[in-house]
Order: sequence, then C-alpha cells, then structure tokens
Amino acid sequence: MAEDKRDSGVARIETAFSAAREQGRAALMPYMMGGFPDAEASLAVAEAYIEGGADLIELGVPFSDPLADGPVIHAAATAALGAGVHLETVLEICRRIGERIPVVLMVYANMVLGGDGPADFASRAAGAGACGVIVPDLPLGEDEDVRRTLSDAGLAVIPLIAPTTPDGRRAEICAVASGFVYVVSSVGTTGERGELAPHLQELVADVRGKAGVPVAVGFGIGSVEQAAEVGRVADGVIIGSRLVRMVADAEGTDRAVTAVTRFLGETMAALAGDQSPRVM
Amino acid sequence: MSEPAATPSERVRGSGGGVPGRFGPYGGRYVPETLIPALDELEVAWDEARDDPAFVARAESLGRDFIGRPTPLYLAERLGERAGRKVYLKREDLAHTGAHKINNAIGQVLLARRMGKPRVIAETGAGQHGVATATACALLDVECVVYMGSEDIRRQRPNVERMGLLGAEVVPVEAGARTLKEAVSAAIRDWVANVGTTHYVIGSVVGPAPFPALVRDLQRVIGDEARVQALEKESALPERVIACVGGGSNAIGTFTAFVPDEGVALIGVEAAGDGVSTGRHGASLSAGRTSVLHGSLSAVIADREGQILEAHSVSAGLDYPGVGPEHAWLRDSGRASYVTVTDHDALGAFRELSRLEGIIPALESSHAIAWILGDGSTGGNGYDVVCLSGRGDKDLAEVLELKDA
Repeated sequence: MAEDKRDSGVARIETAFSAAREQGRAALMPYMMGGFPDAEASLAVAEAYIEGGADLIELGVPFSDPLADGPVIHAAATAALGAGVHLETVLEICRRIGERIPVVLMVYANMVLGGDGPADFASRAAGAGACGVIVPDLPLGEDEDVRRTLSDAGLAVIPLIAPTTPDGRRAEICAVASGFVYVVSSVGTTGERGELAPHLQELVADVRGKAGVPVAVGFGIGSVEQAAEVGRVADGVIIGSRLVRMVADAEGTDRAVTAVTRFLGETMAALAGDQSPRVM
Repeated sequence: MSEPAATPSERVRGSGGGVPGRFGPYGGRYVPETLIPALDELEVAWDEARDDPAFVARAESLGRDFIGRPTPLYLAERLGERAGRKVYLKREDLAHTGAHKINNAIGQVLLARRMGKPRVIAETGAGQHGVATATACALLDVECVVYMGSEDIRRQRPNVERMGLLGAEVVPVEAGARTLKEAVSAAIRDWVANVGTTHYVIGSVVGPAPFPALVRDLQRVIGDEARVQALEKESALPERVIACVGGGSNAIGTFTAFVPDEGVALIGVEAAGDGVSTGRHGASLSAGRTSVLHGSLSAVIADREGQILEAHSVSAGLDYPGVGPEHAWLRDSGRASYVTVTDHDALGAFRELSRLEGIIPALESSHAIAWILGDGSTGGNGYDVVCLSGRGDKDLAEVLELKDA
C-alpha cells in the first residue's frame, strides 16, 4: 500500500527514538563506513553495533571525495573503494541488518544523482530496507526534487543543521525535516574533538523547539563522556570517527568487533545512567 | 550586431541574469550546511563591493599599476604563418606573476579584506594561482595558506619557492593522486573548519555558487580588453576565440565579452593527456558525465556510480577531473565548442612557440597553441584570438625532464 510505504522508514526511525525516550535516555546511533575494511568485516561491525545496543545505525556509502568528512572517515572510504566496494555492496549490508535495526544511509549527492538517477537510487535504497538518507552535500535549496523523490520511496530525508546556520534557515530546515534533524556539533568536518562546542546546548535546545521530529547530534563526539553530555540535551547521539578509527586500528575483525561492542556498551550505560529530567 | 565595449565598472561587475547560482541545470551549492551562510555572505559582499565606487576604483588601479593591465593583444606573425591564418595572442603571460590568475586573486583578496577576514586560503595546481594569491596577500597584508598536491609540488618547484618567499604557507596534500583535485578538497575542508575567519580564494570558475560567477566577473577583463583591442586593430571581430580549459577561468574570462557576438566561434581546448580513448586525460567536457565535484553540478570525469576518477595531463593546471559549470552550459547550449589536445602535441607547441615567437608559453596555454597549429583550418579573411594564459618558466624543469626521458 502506497501510504504505508511512504511512511514506513520515517515511522521506524520515530519508533526507535521514542523507545529510547521511554527508557529515559537518548538514542544511540553509531556510524560505520559500509564495506570498510571489507564487505565481510563491515557486516561483522554492523552486527556488533546491534549487539552493543545501538538504536539505529548510520551506514556510510564510500565516496571518493567526501567534503564533509575528516581524515579518518575519508581514509576508510578510500580503503573501501580500493577493496572494490560499490553502492550495491553497502545496500547488501543494509539488507542483511535492516529488519533488525533502522538503517540510515549517509551518502554523498553524487551517488544519489549518479547511476540511473535519484528515483532509481531511492527505490534501491528503500528496497534494501533503508529507513532514511542523509546527504551531507545536499543542503536546503538544492534538494527539493531529490527530497521529494526520496520521500516518495518511503525514505526519511534527514537534514543537517550546523552551528553556522542562521535562525531563519534553521526554521526552514526543521519544517521539511523527516525522521530526525542532524545537528552538527561543531564547525568543521567529521572527527573527534577534545571538547564539545561551547554553544551546543543552546543550539540543540533551539532546534528541538523548532523541529517536529527528534534531534540527534553528531560530528566530533569521540568519548563516552562526551556522548553522555550530548545525551543530556539531545534525542540522539551519533558517533562516527571514533568507531571507524577503532575498526581501522584493530588487528583483525574479531578484535574490531570486541572493541566496538565494548565501547558501545559503555556508551549505552552512560546514556542510560543519566536520569536527569529531559526537556521534551 | 556587436555589443558596446564594457565600461570599467561593468568590467568589474560582470553580467548577471538567469537562475541565481545556476547556468542552465549546472552549478548550485552542493556543499556541507556549515558553508551555506558563508556563501550567502560572500554573495552579498560581492554584490555590494562591485557597486561600491571606491572598491571598483581600487581594483582598477591595482589592475593597471600592479598587474600591468591592459595586457597586449599581440599579432604573432610567425605563428600565424605556421598555422596558416592570422593569429593574435592575448598576452596574459605578461600580467604580473606570469598568468591571468592574478586578476582573480587581487579581486578576491580585496574582497576578503572588505569582509573583514584576516586569513585567506587557496588551492593550486600549476602553482600559478597559489603564487597569485600569495602575491595579493603580501600586497594587502593578509595571512595566506595554499594547499598543493605533493605531486604538483614536485613538478612545479619554482612556484613553491616563490610562494614561500612571498610569505605564504604551502601545505602539501597527500591524498589521492596528490594533484589539484585533492588540493581543492583540502582547501574546502579547511574552509568548513575556519569559515568565521577565513575566505577561500578559489582559483577557477568552479566550486559552489557564487564562486563560478564571481571568478568569471574578475576574469572577464581578459575578453573585455581583447575585444576592444581586436576591433581597434582589425575593425572587425575575430572569427574564432580560443583558450585552454582546465577549471576554465582563462577561457570564461576570454569568452564572456564575445558570448553575445554570435558570429564569433568560441573554442575551449581541453587536455587529452595520453589520448581521450586511453582514459588518461583531463577532458571533462569532451568525455565526462554530469556529476558533482567541489560543490557544483557540471561535467566531471566520474564513473557510473558517481565516484570521481583521476584526471591526467602533463600540465598541472589542466590536471583536474572537473570544469566550471558555465562551460558545461556553453557546451550544451552550443555557444562554445570544446576540443582536445594531447600531452605530446602540447609539448610540441610549447617548443614551437618558443622558437617562432620568443615566447615560452605555459604548458596549459600550449594546448590552445597546439590546437590552432593542428586543426588544419586555413580560414578565409578571419583571424583568431588565442588567450596565452601564462608563461612557461614554471614548466621548464618538467619539460626538460620529459625530453631526457
């Protein structure tokens, strides 16, 4: 049924956020580079994320020139492409885990516009069980046709808001958001930071006031403590480079799996352990 | 019917019109959200600056007294004999720092100062844009960081030394093929991280809007001058206007004044590298597909899924898998046509122009020279204007190395 299809991805994302909220914590959304270090190990990492308690998974599609990403994720993308990973490889990972956990694809505009175009991309992504799509280089103003095409296929189209985004534009972005709003915690590309940006709390509070959907924060969250701090103000916490680095540094898939499972377990405990009242 | 020559203020202002930030379907702003406000700010700042008589006067005075404009339109008689038709060279190689790049660099660094940005970043391939930006920053007392692929650092050593002497910091980029594409990506990432204090002086008519239009506005002085000079000398417009195309700034700069002159053929010469059929080339317009690179939708050398492929050219300035979006539109609309020249033929033209005219051309410009030498057209009474975008001193080591090999 068309109407069910239209809302299915969005609904699954919202259910994941509300389930976390009912447990009195922020949702945990680890990022992984699809096909890194290779397709098989990457699937093991995805399984470890589920095992580690992730509420949603952000699954990156490797791209040759990822302008929003810092060195760790860029290197992982380069390695994945070198290992022969294609869009289909990543969609296969999505297919294998997508029934158990909501998957959001992080994919650059080229991959959506390339191939046989946005409609084909949308049907392939939805067909593989993806719930939503983040296109980090398709900001409001460039995205209307693509957003409609992706939405029509039942995918949430998750916009980003940066610390530099002015107030009026924030409201416009929130008005078209589906699934959740991705708040970029600090100015810069993806990657771990020593400290969280000073005005993050105000930014998140403002976006939560404007958005009719949950607000998740990513870019620069590299420790359990930072995740807990962000979890106190946001509906979801996205951790990327730290986890990708753990996979890159681990000797073999088993150790990578052990490392990320433990890290996510600790992060989940920290998110759940914080029982301070949450502003709705 | 010919258009009236541009007035000095129009020269700085450039032309507008159409969907903002788009050339037909091409262009746009495919960049992270963090940069959108900076692009808005830049667009407003440029709109205001070009209407500010003090800014325009300052830009024109530096153009005249610092860059040395207008550059000559030179009748290259011996080259013309060899080509079988009359050829004028627009001598951008005589602009200060040895290439057209300075036109854009001075304008953008003036704009950065006006916007209150104390730091400027740039990317460079052949090193000419890096040198031009470092020069403008020295003159206008602005901090300057230049990203350059380590392969380009190797093959353009003299320009690296020049940038250092001018006070710029050159940051080697080790990613990918270590050439221009990666240098642009590194500069954009720096800009994302330092956008509050930094202006990105992009070196060509590429990147997210408003850069392609902004750089065109600053480079159109080439064609504005050439058109006036050509009419003075020949009392008729040229039959063909020819320029090499990497990112495409000297070509857009040369073409823009002639676009309304429908009788004038506009010809862009891309790098065929080892030959377009080998896949080792820089011919985005001739052999690429519609895709996004560095923030705009244009012709890009990419695979079917949208992954960007490595370009190849003996000339570092043409070794780029993308091209300005306005060129893609000029191609589709049929107003300009694009041809290719191999490394081999460009190297031949490099030597030939040196011997025939006593002018050592940049390897980039050598592609345009090679095309008129090789196209076989004898024409009628018409004549050509070729943009000699830069001088070849920077290329000597590379060319001599190839000769020895």
